[in-house]
Amino acid sequence: MSQTHISSLDRHDARQYVTVRIGGQLFGLPISSVNEVFAPDNITRVPLASFEIDGVLNLRGRIVTMIDMRRLLGLRDSIAAPMAVGIERAGEAFALLIDDVGDVLLLDDSTLEVNPTNLDDEWMGFVDGVHRLSGELMLVLDVERTLARIGVAHAA
Amino acid sequence: MDDLLREFLTETNESLDMADVELVKFELDPNNSEILNNIFRLVHTIKGTCGFIGLPRLAGIAHAAETLMDRFREGMPVTTEAVGLVMRSIDRIKLVLAEIERNDGVEPAGDDSDLIAELEAQASGAAPRPSAPAPRPAAPAPAPAPRVNAVAAPAPERPILPGEVSLEELERVFRETKAETGPLSAAGGVAAPLSPAQGANDAKTPAVNHESSVSSQTIRVNVGVLEHLMTMVSELVLTRNQLMEISRRNEDQDYKGPLQRLSNVTGELQEVVMRTRMQPIGNAWQKLPRIVRDLAQELGKHIELEQHGAETELDRQVLDQIKDPLTHMVRNSADHGLETPAARRAAGKPEKGTIRLSAYHEGGHVILEISDDGRGLDVDRIKAKAIENGLCTEADAARMSDTQIYRFIFHAGLSTAAAVTSVSGRGVGMDVVRCNIEAIGGTVDVRSKRGQGSTFTIKIPLTLAIVPALIVESTGERFALPQTSVVELVRVRSGSEHAMCFIKHAHVLRLRDRLLPIIDLGAVLGLSCHYGERPEGELIAVMQVGSQRFGVVLDSVSHTEEIVVKPLSTVLRGASLVSGSTILGDGRVIMIIDPNGLAQIAASRAEKTGEASEAARATDDRQQSASLSLLLCRAGAQGIKAVPLSLVTRLEELDTGQIEEVSGRSVVQYRGTLIPIVYANAEVERRTSGRQPLLIFSEGARTMGLVVDEIVDIVETTLDLQLSSGAPEIMGGAIINDIATEVLDVAYYLEHAFGDWFDIPMTRRNAGPPARLLLVDDNAFYRAMLEPVLKGNGYLVTTCASADEALQRLSGDDRFDAVVSEVDMHGMDGFRFAQHVRDELHMENLPIIAVATAQSADSIERGRQAGFTDYVAKFDRPGLIAALREFAHHSEEKAA
Repeated sequence: MSQTHISSLDRHDARQYVTVRIGGQLFGLPISSVNEVFAPDNITRVPLASFEIDGVLNLRGRIVTMIDMRRLLGLRDSIAAPMAVGIERAGEAFALLIDDVGDVLLLDDSTLEVNPTNLDDEWMGFVDGVHRLSGELMLVLDVERTLARIGVAHAA
Repeated sequence: MDDLLREFLTETNESLDMADVELVKFELDPNNSEILNNIFRLVHTIKGTCGFIGLPRLAGIAHAAETLMDRFREGMPVTTEAVGLVMRSIDRIKLVLAEIERNDGVEPAGDDSDLIAELEAQASGAAPRPSAPAPRPAAPAPAPAPRVNAVAAPAPERPILPGEVSLEELERVFRETKAETGPLSAAGGVAAPLSPAQGANDAKTPAVNHESSVSSQTIRVNVGVLEHLMTMVSELVLTRNQLMEISRRNEDQDYKGPLQRLSNVTGELQEVVMRTRMQPIGNAWQKLPRIVRDLAQELGKHIELEQHGAETELDRQVLDQIKDPLTHMVRNSADHGLETPAARRAAGKPEKGTIRLSAYHEGGHVILEISDDGRGLDVDRIKAKAIENGLCTEADAARMSDTQIYRFIFHAGLSTAAAVTSVSGRGVGMDVVRCNIEAIGGTVDVRSKRGQGSTFTIKIPLTLAIVPALIVESTGERFALPQTSVVELVRVRSGSEHAMCFIKHAHVLRLRDRLLPIIDLGAVLGLSCHYGERPEGELIAVMQVGSQRFGVVLDSVSHTEEIVVKPLSTVLRGASLVSGSTILGDGRVIMIIDPNGLAQIAASRAEKTGEASEAARATDDRQQSASLSLLLCRAGAQGIKAVPLSLVTRLEELDTGQIEEVSGRSVVQYRGTLIPIVYANAEVERRTSGRQPLLIFSEGARTMGLVVDEIVDIVETTLDLQLSSGAPEIMGGAIINDIATEVLDVAYYLEHAFGDWFDIPMTRRNAGPPARLLLVDDNAFYRAMLEPVLKGNGYLVTTCASADEALQRLSGDDRFDAVVSEVDMHGMDGFRFAQHVRDELHMENLPIIAVATAQSADSIERGRQAGFTDYVAKFDRPGLIAALREFAHHSEEKAA
């Protein structure tokens, strides 16, 4: 069924991804969902906020909510994440804290493979497929669905 | 000129301009029913509003024009003259409007019968052609079919409206005015809107385009534009603040001057923009007269709605938010508050009930009052409802003041209306009202007098967008504390007049004549708590939310600032103590603390000190109170002392001459035996002659006397035992009749008088590990009284302030050999507690000893059924010890 899903896509439709590393894992964010990349500074903690929210900061007069992606994805959390990807969701500004940002890749949809069946159940919810890059896998991250997990992921 | 009229003028002028344009279009395209409908609606609106405001002349013209256009709608052919006529009517309306404006709301005298006659004539279809050649070729062929109908249509059979004339008169007038109408319809062709200056009444109405006309003073601006303007000004304020911050660090004089000007201009701009968002509160009231009228009819009551201060202005956003609560409260007043005329007559009140709305500014707030002169709130019914819904226990309710009881109406699910009417009574209202008002940082309170009515007071901030705030620091983080809720700042040092005390893990501040609960900002925000570590003393912001006052411990206060409130993103709205964020001068984002959230924490005293165990043990200070008879006396120079009257056996006058010294103790003869006497403290005057008051305490066979300086009074009061000083003979302090009073620990004196008192029952103490007791009492006073007694008898005592807490402890890992429980408690009482222990926790063998103030055969039997092992009177300490020795001992044997 998944095969038919893939084949139904236009085979010659290529997409651009911003590659980011979160807790060692390579992810690709659709470039359309990324506004900017910046190094966060002066993050203000928000008391009593969800675990995944690192705080807020002032980005050129806008208050941006910082999401700690490693916590949100349940990945290792040792040193402070040095980079952030600014995104916009429902008129509100968010930034995803990540380890590192890589290249912008143009990848053809035809090379997108479905999620491995044994992928973590939670991750199944926001990973839209896998691209095989040389030597490494890049997971396509659905930003919208990822953010929907804030405050829910660790509720239990 | 009143607001309504002013608004009407503005609106009507706009409508008329629009009507002109539409009419021109219509003339070109007479078959377009949409355009016709538009014009018809416009004129109809004008007619309606004029009639409503009381402008008969305008209403007359508009009505006639409307009638004509109605004919068009029915299919009468549209002629150029007819259109011109309508346009002239519109011009006439404009002229009259201009006059009204100039004459400050008074409709000018004048006769429009000429115009009306023409209109009527046109409408009736019998309109003779105006004498002037009115070429009609331009008029397109009208739809022929309905024509006959229209022409044949009989004159409407209805009463003649003011300004309307009968057909006959109309004909007559028409004939007379033929000449005059001629030149006008001669305009022919495409009629450009006739400016008033060209109108027939030119001479009569000079200077129509008056500069100061009301309609040109106001323009309508899209709310979106205003919002955008507001955002931009907010940004400007932020930037200004940033610049000011830089200038504080910089000593460049050249730059300071212009910056100061910029700052002033920005401030002014901010104010002006704020004013554009301001609207009179009357806007929120507009619908109320109608609602009240309808309600009055529905409910068969006579209600008068008084409005005061409708011009009080407040932010549009706030206004929107209070509209619904306000409507709800007025409906409530009309439905619940006011009685039926018959009931009012019977109560000696005028039949007509009054609902009074008033608004005024106070500080940065708007105070809104909704009062009625109805029956007032029914304390008993609210009480019964509150108990029924589990909001409080009967005992709670009994010791609450009426004001406290009234506030229950703001709780969910409480409606005292005996019947659910279509208006109100479903019990979802007042709590929603409260939530809505609190959501915008407001408060609502109620006061009421039986038979005289109730008054609801709503206090709301003027605006939500920019608020003055105190920038404070706690645990290294800065926060904004809205200044409107901060009453004062207090620095408490050791030895200063405002003392801070601890009751277990709860902190209280003794500020002048009040005891305030204290919370640590860092602690409640889940940051670390540095409480008590500051050598320079504690800095406390005393805050007031509604009627609740409490203190917030801060590290430091840096300055005050007008902060621009920025909403938090949706994922952060759950944080209950943070209401928003703002950007400071240095560009950093800080959180705005929500005073309502703090108030809730202060009220529940569920103070999170970071340690869960402590949080679990934190007691609810409201539960510590209990109504009690207290004997007030004076002992020593300072303050009033109190002793629970139930502990005092007798009051005697001591003949100081009779005091004897026996083996180093003062004794006195009392009823044939020698009793030890103890002075309440070192300051008590030791009189050597005359008489001195003596309190007699008896414990079993032992009797002692306590010497004080003076017996002051006996009061029945809610003892809110709040703080305990260092002195061993003082159990704690409380405010009684507004006076700080220390409660004496009788057990201490007994121990003091009979050094061996506690030893006696312990002679038969078991060897081996001491038995563990769980003491359950929601009254701090009794807990404090019993705990030392039990400990003194060799038991390990754990205290619980509620049955729930006790159940938690019992189901935990700790093992207890016996439970001593008060019977009458808030929430779960002793009976239910015992039942729960037996049935749910299956601790069939755990001895539970009931301690009760009131002992009756009934309650003892009930206690046995509930599962109590024994039943002891509260002050029967030897009895309690004996019971414990018997049962706790048993349990040990079983355990062994």
